[in-house]
Amino acid sequence: MDFLDLNFVWISLSALLIAIPCSLVGVFLVLRKMAMLGDAISHAVLPGIVIAYYFSDSYQSIPMLLGAASVGLLCTYLIETFNKVGRLQEDASIGVTYTWLFALGVVMISFMNDNVDLDQDCVLYGEIAYVPLDTLSIFGALIPRAVVNGSFLTTLIALLLIVGFKGFKLTTFDPVYATAIGISITFWHYLLMGMVSTVTILSFESIGAILVLAFLVIPPAIAYLLTNRLMSMIYLSMVFSLVAVILGYILAYKINSSISGAIASILALEFLVVFIGLQIFKILRRRATKVSYSN
Amino acid sequence: MSILVILLAVVFLGIASGSIGTFTFLRKRALLGDAIAHAVLPGVALGFMVTGTKMPFFLILGACFTGSLSIYLMNTIVQKSKLKMDTAIAVVLSGFFGIGILLITYIQRNYGSEQTGLDKFFFGKAAAMLYSDFIWLFAICILVIVCIYAFYKEFLLISFDKNYAKSVGLNVRLYEFLLSFLTVLVIVTGIQIVGIILMAALLVTPASSARFWTNKLSNLIILSSVIASISGIAGSLLSYSISKMPTGPWIVIFLSLIAVASILFAPKRGVVARNLKSKRLKKKMFHDNILKTFYHLSEADGSFNTLRTSSELRNRRYFEEPKLSLALRDLMKLDLVHQSENKWGLSNEGWIKAKRIVKVHRLWEMYLTKHLRISSDHVHDDADTIEHFISPELEKELEKLLAYPDEDPHHTKIPYT
Amino acid sequence: MEKESIIEAHDLTVSYDKKPVLWDVDFKLPAGLLTGVIGPNGAGKSTLLKTLMGILKPDSGYVKLFGNKLDEVRKKVSYVPQRESVDWDFPASALDVVLMGLYAQKGLFKRINKADREWAMYCLEQLGMQDYKNRQISQLSGGQQQRVFLARSLAQNASLYLMDEPFAGVDATTEKSIIDLLQKMKNDGKSIVVVHHDLQSVNEYFDWLLMVNTRLVASGPTSEVFTQELLEETYGGKLSILSQMAHILKNLEIGRKEHEKI
Repeated sequence: MDFLDLNFVWISLSALLIAIPCSLVGVFLVLRKMAMLGDAISHAVLPGIVIAYYFSDSYQSIPMLLGAASVGLLCTYLIETFNKVGRLQEDASIGVTYTWLFALGVVMISFMNDNVDLDQDCVLYGEIAYVPLDTLSIFGALIPRAVVNGSFLTTLIALLLIVGFKGFKLTTFDPVYATAIGISITFWHYLLMGMVSTVTILSFESIGAILVLAFLVIPPAIAYLLTNRLMSMIYLSMVFSLVAVILGYILAYKINSSISGAIASILALEFLVVFIGLQIFKILRRRATKVSYSN
Repeated sequence: MSILVILLAVVFLGIASGSIGTFTFLRKRALLGDAIAHAVLPGVALGFMVTGTKMPFFLILGACFTGSLSIYLMNTIVQKSKLKMDTAIAVVLSGFFGIGILLITYIQRNYGSEQTGLDKFFFGKAAAMLYSDFIWLFAICILVIVCIYAFYKEFLLISFDKNYAKSVGLNVRLYEFLLSFLTVLVIVTGIQIVGIILMAALLVTPASSARFWTNKLSNLIILSSVIASISGIAGSLLSYSISKMPTGPWIVIFLSLIAVASILFAPKRGVVARNLKSKRLKKKMFHDNILKTFYHLSEADGSFNTLRTSSELRNRRYFEEPKLSLALRDLMKLDLVHQSENKWGLSNEGWIKAKRIVKVHRLWEMYLTKHLRISSDHVHDDADTIEHFISPELEKELEKLLAYPDEDPHHTKIPYT
Repeated sequence: MEKESIIEAHDLTVSYDKKPVLWDVDFKLPAGLLTGVIGPNGAGKSTLLKTLMGILKPDSGYVKLFGNKLDEVRKKVSYVPQRESVDWDFPASALDVVLMGLYAQKGLFKRINKADREWAMYCLEQLGMQDYKNRQISQLSGGQQQRVFLARSLAQNASLYLMDEPFAGVDATTEKSIIDLLQKMKNDGKSIVVVHHDLQSVNEYFDWLLMVNTRLVASGPTSEVFTQELLEETYGGKLSILSQMAHILKNLEIGRKEHEKI
């Protein structure tokens, strides 16, 4: 097959190194019923990213990353403030806050159009196809920067999750009990939101600000439908990400279209198949029990 | 198209989205609206791919189809699985948008570069509007107004209390469907000006701002339409006069400015107004405490005409210094206190006020001991707070309930006037 | 000799959304008793437990447990939230939930070892739930979910247990076995406070009663306070003046804590 070249390896590897950390934090977003907060953050980091681009050409330096991530936390904080201090209902707080920050980001891009290597298309669906062009030399080997960054991101998120697993699990399942035994739910909430911001920012260049949500939410949602175990939910969502990355790349290659769009489409398709499959399974089982009763 | 027509179009859109958005807001469906807006994208692309034209009618048809489908899917996911609404919204939003991106990119790469006009759907471009778009917008605006006018009561009922609406035999599903249908129509037309990604703001931000200024639904609808229209005009003027400026983001920025201003500065509900109110209250309590202290001093030495120095006051009750002198000056302006040299005394009016505070304090203490079974050595702190807030009506009720007691639980006399 | 008091509540006033739901609640609870908290719906029973547990901050007043501030003795206190307060669709097994009870003693970062697992299993057995250890929690009945919560609380091995409606949605047999367990715990020297609804069983279950309706109507040995008169006062509706005052405070929108500084 002609698409099985080095490009395929690098692009799908970098996509996978986005998809896996996304699934990891996404599992907890879904379980906390905060999927739309993930949506808000993924939009709201845009102004942070634009500023980072403006001040340095390689925006993925550590201080820039921290700066942009803090915009994500700022968004979380603003939503809470509008909600609690401003007394604006929660869904509207989310809606008002992130559209505002996102609009600000887009306007900033329009102003800086000539100075900044960043355009609206990139915001919408990223430029994962160009990943192999931007390489770093590591021990003499030319490795795409996105792959290096992705490995760093995946390791970071995985480590945080392993170390904080019990904290995330407990504060997600039973925040009241967690408070009762002296655990700060605010700390774990902001830690998770910080992780969501970081994931979003590092994925931005490859898949854009909006498709991140598909990577964050759809694989955990599919896995949640299929399993009753937290660990298997995490593993399954990574598997569904992997399948979507590979099939998505092939689809994009075959019809000459956006790779990130194709991966997100496959994710949506996976969800649809699993969801409908489960419904059919339920109906069949109900019918089977009916038959056994009537016998 | 001339700028006047564009501005007219934006006003139509503002009215349609502002009024329909009021219901989206009241029914707490802001994020649902966001998802519908994103789900419109594959419909636009499909409309183009199936018919091969950019005729607005077909694009809108496709958009309506996927927009409605997304509502159906979100509801089905929640009903038929353990996934909650937030995840259903996020899955549908990002899934549809992903498919949309796939199709649009496909069209751009395979139908030649002249088709990039579909781009305007992302961030909106008022200037790129066609005359037929304008007619559509006008028609939909009229439709929305007529529907809201005709079904005002029904919409109000299902927005405020769905269960009650059901109990009085209203066909809730029908009106919910009608509202959803109108919302989809508004979104589909709106995205050409504001764009998909920020359409949610046009639905929700105007109503969110308007909510801070009024409690009445009809006013809410009108005000939110006005806010949406004004932001629309400002945004389109800006993007019209500066090249390469997208319309949608600018409209949203103006909308958000109005929203933030409303949250902060609206009378009564705004943050500043509430802070001022709480400052005024604190000042009143401080004043009350000073007046009360005059009374306590006089009660202690039995002389009600003696003037007191501020240190005498401070020995009786803790007051911070510069604050006390300032407050005494304020009280003097209110004719509650008079000064001679370094000493202060209460005016007649001041005495009346001071007496009342002491009276309600002691009544409240009585109430706590008698009706809340709180022991007398625990009631002072509570009464010290509550005394400032007892309304004249409550005062009367207390007097009646306790049968005008002569003494408080500590056996000090309750002063009646 | 009077027993030491295990809970001291001093003039607690607690507001929800600026509206006081508990008003000047003041009591001392002797150690080693099985205590019932009773009162009508919306009387502030759960609020009282949450305030004792530091989950809600009081506007005024303070709480002492074992004569200390909560933070110093948190490990000796265990709390059982209402069953409806969590989403049981969470992907976890009964054993997983019970193991969470160990986080209180071990912290979040120590590994769970074999001894811990055995201890958690022992706690499940105490509630007759050993056969369900691997069952996903959404597949348990209401009564079984309640027992999982109790097992998690047992796993904390505390001295004081605060339980919010542990009998809600539980069938009669389970209720009997749970109360037997609570009696046994009491005999082992534990103190237990239970929010309870069913007045029929009050006399049989509890040594001590806290009767609450926004204010504390009574606190004392069941035999003394479980009287017709006090019950009528507890369940006889809200005090009109107190409710009106609460309403005024809510509309003024400043919590009482803020006035205290003045």
